[in-house]
Amino acid sequence: MKMTGAQAIVTSLEKEGVELIFGYPGGQVLPLYDALYDCKLRHVLTRHEQGAAHAADGYARATGKVGVCFATSGPGATNLITGIATAYMDSVPMVCITGQVPLSVIGKDSFQEADITGITAPITKHNYLVKNAKDLPRVIKEAFYIARTGRPGPVVIDVPKCLMTTTIDFEYPETVQLRGYKPQAEGKPAEVEAVAQALAEAKKPLFFVGGGVINAEAAPLLRRVVETHRIPVIGSLMGLGAIPVTDPLFLGMVGMHGTVAANRAVMECDLLVGIGVRFDDRVTGLLARFAANARIAHFDIDRAEVNKNVVADLAVVGDLRWSLAALESAMADLGGEGGRRWEDWRLQVTRWSEEAPLSYQKSDDVIKPQSVIEEIDRQTKSEAVIVTDVGQHQMWAAQYCRFQRPRSFITSGGLGTMGYGLPAAIGAQMGQPNEPVVLISGDGSFLMNCQELATAVEHQLPLKVAILNNNVLGMVRQWQKLFFNQRYSYTRFANGGTDYVRLAEAFGATGLRAETPEELPEVIAKALATEGPVVMDIRVCADENVLPMVPAGAPLDQMINGEVK
Amino acid sequence: MRHTIAVLVENRPGVLVHIAGLIARRAFNIESITAGYTEEADVTRITIVVEGDNRNLEQVVNQLSKLVDVIKIVELTAEPLIERELALIKVKARPETRSDIVDIVEIFRAKIVDVNRETMVIELTGEETKIDALCEVLADHGIVEMVRTGKVALSRKPGAAKDSE
Ligand SMILES: Cc1ncc(C[n+]2csc(CCOP(=O)(O)OP(=O)(O)O)c2C)c(N)n1
Repeated sequence: MKMTGAQAIVTSLEKEGVELIFGYPGGQVLPLYDALYDCKLRHVLTRHEQGAAHAADGYARATGKVGVCFATSGPGATNLITGIATAYMDSVPMVCITGQVPLSVIGKDSFQEADITGITAPITKHNYLVKNAKDLPRVIKEAFYIARTGRPGPVVIDVPKCLMTTTIDFEYPETVQLRGYKPQAEGKPAEVEAVAQALAEAKKPLFFVGGGVINAEAAPLLRRVVETHRIPVIGSLMGLGAIPVTDPLFLGMVGMHGTVAANRAVMECDLLVGIGVRFDDRVTGLLARFAANARIAHFDIDRAEVNKNVVADLAVVGDLRWSLAALESAMADLGGEGGRRWEDWRLQVTRWSEEAPLSYQKSDDVIKPQSVIEEIDRQTKSEAVIVTDVGQHQMWAAQYCRFQRPRSFITSGGLGTMGYGLPAAIGAQMGQPNEPVVLISGDGSFLMNCQELATAVEHQLPLKVAILNNNVLGMVRQWQKLFFNQRYSYTRFANGGTDYVRLAEAFGATGLRAETPEELPEVIAKALATEGPVVMDIRVCADENVLPMVPAGAPLDQMINGEVK
Repeated sequence: MRHTIAVLVENRPGVLVHIAGLIARRAFNIESITAGYTEEADVTRITIVVEGDNRNLEQVVNQLSKLVDVIKIVELTAEPLIERELALIKVKARPETRSDIVDIVEIFRAKIVDVNRETMVIELTGEETKIDALCEVLADHGIVEMVRTGKVALSRKPGAAKDSE
C-alpha cells in the first residue's frame, strides 16, 4: 500500500498495538501530527516534553506495555532526555519518536537541529537515525521488539522531516532480524540446579527481589517459591510490591533507608539470592562488607549485571519466568520440609522485624509526614497505585505504604528524578483508568513539572496529589543536617513558598489544605471523594529525618537510629 | 594487564563513537582502537587494545555485548595471534646522515616512501615492539612527526572470529 512516511509511522504504531501516545508537536514533526489527525491513535498533549517522556514511562510501568512519546527536533528532543535516562535506569520499555531536520540540512547546525542519537546513545537501549523512508516500518518493528524484550529499555527513533512526506510502499515486516540482538529467555538448567543445591546447604538463606521480578511479570512465581519454602525476603526500592509488604516473610526494603531487619538479615545471611536486582550502591552500602558471610547467587536477564557491583558465586542468566520456574522444580526435592527448614533463621529475622519496626515520633501539634503516608494507605486500603517524586516523601512512601501487588509503586529509583511524579502519575492513571492513583510528592519536586496539572485537568483524571509540603528540599536538608553541620545552604524556599491550593485552582483542579493533624484524615477523605484531579497541600513539619539511615559508603549495620530494642 | 579484543559490529554511522564512549565511561584506558571493513561489506571489525584487570574486562565485554549493533566480541589476548601496526615516520635527514638512515631502514625491513632535502618518510609494518624499536633508533636523528595506526590482530586459528563460541 502506498502511503507517506508519516502515515507509515502511524500505521506501524497501530500494528504494534499502541493505543496512547504522549507528545508535543513542533515544526519537524508536523507531518506526523498531521497524520495523527485522521487515525484512531489517542494522543495526549502534555505541557512539556519531559512530561511526555515521564508520562509514557508511568504508563509503561503501570501497564507493562511499551510507552510511546513524540517530540519535535532540537529543544523538543532534548527536553525528553531526563525522561529517557529515567526510563533507562529503571529498565522501562519505551519508544520515543523525534522529528529531525531534513536530511539535506543535517549537520549544518540548522534551526532546531540537535544530534539526538549522539546525545541519547548512553541512555538508550538502542537508537536510530532513519535515513530512508522505506526503512520506517522495519525500524519501528525493531524498536518495539528491542524495547520490550530482554532487559526492557527506551529506544529512540529520530526521523528527518523529509522522510515523513516521502511516499513509500508500506509493508509491515512480520519478523525481526537483528544479528547482534538475540535475547535468550532460557538459560542453563545446570546454573539453576547449582542454586537449588546451595539453598539445600544454606542455614540462613535470603531472597533479595528487585524490579526485574515486576518487569518479567514473575511475581506470582516468586511468591509461590517463597511460600512453599518459607524463605525470608527483602526488596529493593524497585522490587516493592513483588511480595505483599504485609507478608511476615517480607522483611522490608534494604539499603540506605531500609528496615533494621532487612539490613541485619543481609549482614547475617549465608546465602543471598538476588533476583532481578542490580545491587545499586544505595542498596549495598560499603561493598566490602555487604553480605560478607554469604555466598551470592544472582538471577538476571542481563548478563552484564552479573559481577557488575557484587561478585556472584552463582549466576543464572535468563528470563525470570524461566529461571524461577526452573528453580521451583529444582527445589521440589527440598520438599514438604519447607515449613520446618530454616525455622531458627526465620524466627530470628522476624524477631528483628518485631523488635525494630519502622517508627517515628507521633505528634498532635504538627503533621508528621509519615502519618500522611499511613493515612493515605489506610484510606485507600493499600489498594491505590502509589506514584512518587524524589526525596524524603519518596522514602517514607516506600517505608509506610503496604504495597500488595506488582505495579502498585511507581517511582524513579535509578536516576532519582525530581519532577517525575506528576507526569508519571498521569501516564499511570491513563494506563489504569479504573485504579485509584495517588501521587505523593514534595513541594520541591512538584514544582519541577507542576505544569502537567493542566494535562490532568484537561483529561479530568481522578488523580490525587498529596504534597508533603515542608517548604524545604527535605532530603538535601537532611544530609545538611546530618553531614554538613546543619549548614542549610539554599534548601529552604523563601517567602513561605508557593500557595499550592491557588496553584491547583489556577489550573482548574481542586485544591485542599491540611495544616493540623485533626484536619488530615478529613482532607484526604475529601480528596478521594472529589472528582477529577485534586491537589492536597499538606503542611508537614520540616525538621524530620528519614530513618533508619545508613550513611553513604557505610556498611549496612551502621544505621542511624536503627537499634534493636 | 593489556587485552586485545576484536568487536564485529554492524557498519552503521556512529557505532565506533558509541563503542569508544562506552569503554571510556567504564574508566578503561583505550590504548588503541582501529576500525575497518571485513570480508562482509556490512560488518566492521574494531580492534581495541585496553588496559585493565580481568574483572573489568569481563564487564566491558558484557556491556559491549549489550549494544544491539555489536554482532560478536572475541577476546584475542589468550590466543595465538598475528598482530600488526603500521607507522609512518618523518625523520630529519641531511645529506651526511642519509646513508645511516638507509642502513637502519634496511635492517628493520622498513621502506622509504618519500625523500626531500631535509627529511625522509619511512613506512614500517610490524609488531608494536618492532615499531617502538625503530622509533628509538630514529630518535637520534630527530623525528619530525609520525603517525601510527594502532593494532590490528587476527587469530592464527583456522576459523573466523564470527564463528567462534
Ligand atoms: C532533578 C533533580 N534535581 C536535584 C535532585 C537532588 N535532590 C534529591 S532529593 C531533593 C529534595 C527534594 O525535595 P522535595 O521534593 O521537596 O521532597 P522532600 O525531600 O522535602 O520530601 C533534591 C534537591 C534530584 N534528585 N533530582
